[in-house]
Amino acid sequence: MFLLRLLFKNAFRHRLRTVLTMVGLVVAICAFGLLRTIVDAWYAGVEGTSSTRLITRNSISLTFPLPLSYAERLRSVEGVTGLSWSNWFGGVYITERNFFPQFAVDAPSYLALYPEYVLKDDEKKAFLLDRQGVIVGRKLADTYGWKVGDQIALRGTIYPGTWVFNLRGIWDGVDAKTDESQMLMHWQYLSETARKRLGRSMADYVGVYVLRIDQPDNAPLVSERIDTLFRNSLAETLTETEKAFQLSFVSMSETILVAINAVSLVIVVIIMAVMANTMSMTARERLSEYATLKALGFAPGFIVKLLFGESLVIALLGGGMGLALTLPVAAAFAKSVGTLFPVFRVSELTMALQLLASVVVGLVAAAWPAWKMSRISIVNGLRHVA
Amino acid sequence: MSAGPVVTNAPVVGDAPPVIRIRGLSKAYRRGEQLIPVLEGIDLDVNEAEFIALMGPSGSGKSTLLNLIAGIDQPSGGTIEIGGVNIAGLREGELADWRAAHVGFIFQFYNLMPVLTAFENVELPLLLTSLGRAERRRHVEAALAMVRLTDRMDHYPNELSGGQQQRVAIARALVTDPTLIVADEPTGDLDRVTAAEVLDLLDELHRELGKTIVMVTHDPKAASRAGRLIHLEKGVLVPDDEVAAVQADLHGHPH
Repeated sequence: MFLLRLLFKNAFRHRLRTVLTMVGLVVAICAFGLLRTIVDAWYAGVEGTSSTRLITRNSISLTFPLPLSYAERLRSVEGVTGLSWSNWFGGVYITERNFFPQFAVDAPSYLALYPEYVLKDDEKKAFLLDRQGVIVGRKLADTYGWKVGDQIALRGTIYPGTWVFNLRGIWDGVDAKTDESQMLMHWQYLSETARKRLGRSMADYVGVYVLRIDQPDNAPLVSERIDTLFRNSLAETLTETEKAFQLSFVSMSETILVAINAVSLVIVVIIMAVMANTMSMTARERLSEYATLKALGFAPGFIVKLLFGESLVIALLGGGMGLALTLPVAAAFAKSVGTLFPVFRVSELTMALQLLASVVVGLVAAAWPAWKMSRISIVNGLRHVA
Repeated sequence: MSAGPVVTNAPVVGDAPPVIRIRGLSKAYRRGEQLIPVLEGIDLDVNEAEFIALMGPSGSGKSTLLNLIAGIDQPSGGTIEIGGVNIAGLREGELADWRAAHVGFIFQFYNLMPVLTAFENVELPLLLTSLGRAERRRHVEAALAMVRLTDRMDHYPNELSGGQQQRVAIARALVTDPTLIVADEPTGDLDRVTAAEVLDLLDELHRELGKTIVMVTHDPKAASRAGRLIHLEKGVLVPDDEVAAVQADLHGHPH
């Protein structure tokens, strides 16, 4: 108790210096948390995947479609227990800035494959009955203030023309990792309208097939079976787990992620240096006090405790405030970037890492002064007074 | 007021063995390749409840001798027996424990912890004992009462005058009831009136509590309060006959 009181009193002896160091810590720990959350957001698609879902696409590239006729052959592959498909629509809502993913899907089978999209029964029914109907995630609806019943007009880019849809439902994610920033429309409506407006070349094609398999362990085997089935055909397939499929998008921006991670670590190292400087100055100023304590009979370990304790008090107070500030800052950041990141939340792991970074900063900053002060000669330390 | 200190290296003869027994004590500092001797061949006995003053010009080694007696420095040779324990043979941890139990320190610049109140400063050495909180409080209050600072126990050092701070330091030195009190220039930072008050207090400790006090001072007036004067010149004790001249100086007599 006495030690704790002494630590807090010592920590705020030089108020301006301590406050400035703490401000540095608040900014650094907050920035560290925010940057980590951005990296996490990049991987959100991967986190939200299921180990029982496979994606089959054209082996040349994702921009090359697959024929709808593959559906029945895929359904018959051993190990496949469910099947659906989707096309990237790529429409523009008012301006290009309002980006969000839109997929034309085979609605009944798609919703069966994605139970994490929680939709009210009446809204689901209304969506399935309305060929021009769409459903959107809660985050997307909130971003644009959409309500069920609204009409949403998109300007097609892959499928030219103006497309007007009726909003029939808004789904909620089953957990925080579920993407709520997408729009789903009927593939049949897209395909038939495209046939009428743009000709046969734009109809009856599928972007990717989504398959449910019986067991996650069977994923390599089922993938192999599918790709063998379509080998030497006009549209060869590449089948992979949903996670691997999502990771292939993340890997495109791997360098940026490495840079963001590096910057987040550099920030921690910088604040560590600032904090170490504060603790070194503190120790130097109190040389005579430490010598007095040793003269009175306090062991070098007590001096070590004083310095580590004071450093941890400052680091944990600053780090704690930085951690608390991360939540509103992340919320404001998520709002400002709209639906760019489907899931943007400060994870428990990030918060734990922020706390750990604060502790490490506190310990490292005090290590050298504590070692040095525990070894000072009492006589030299006392002479420092004079 | 006493007639002045006895000027001698020999203790006042008594039945009890000396509380401090120093034999062949030497101390040298290394500066690069060179060994610089500070103390050489010191033999000194101090009896229990003696109040001695160490005097000498700057660089004579008096502070070094005090530091060695207090166990905050290690000698290069010789023995220092205090209460029968040769502290020259103790390891750092043992020496720290010994200091905590047997030595009270009074420094020239008080050396109080600025973030602690007078009460907490006095309590500091008791934290190294097994005393409970209530017992510590009782001891601290008694020590502060002895230096007449009960009404200032909640004040921080910067709210006290120099004399009051030194009285807090004296209370801190007393609170563990040590065998020995060492005082390094205890009046060096005080004006004449305040210095006299602090010396009165040391005198009182010596007479009423029977404390053994070893004090380093430059001030002849402070030295005159001691029961015995020991003079150092260039690291050696000045023989008694030569010290007599110093005594004459202290009392304003011609040699």
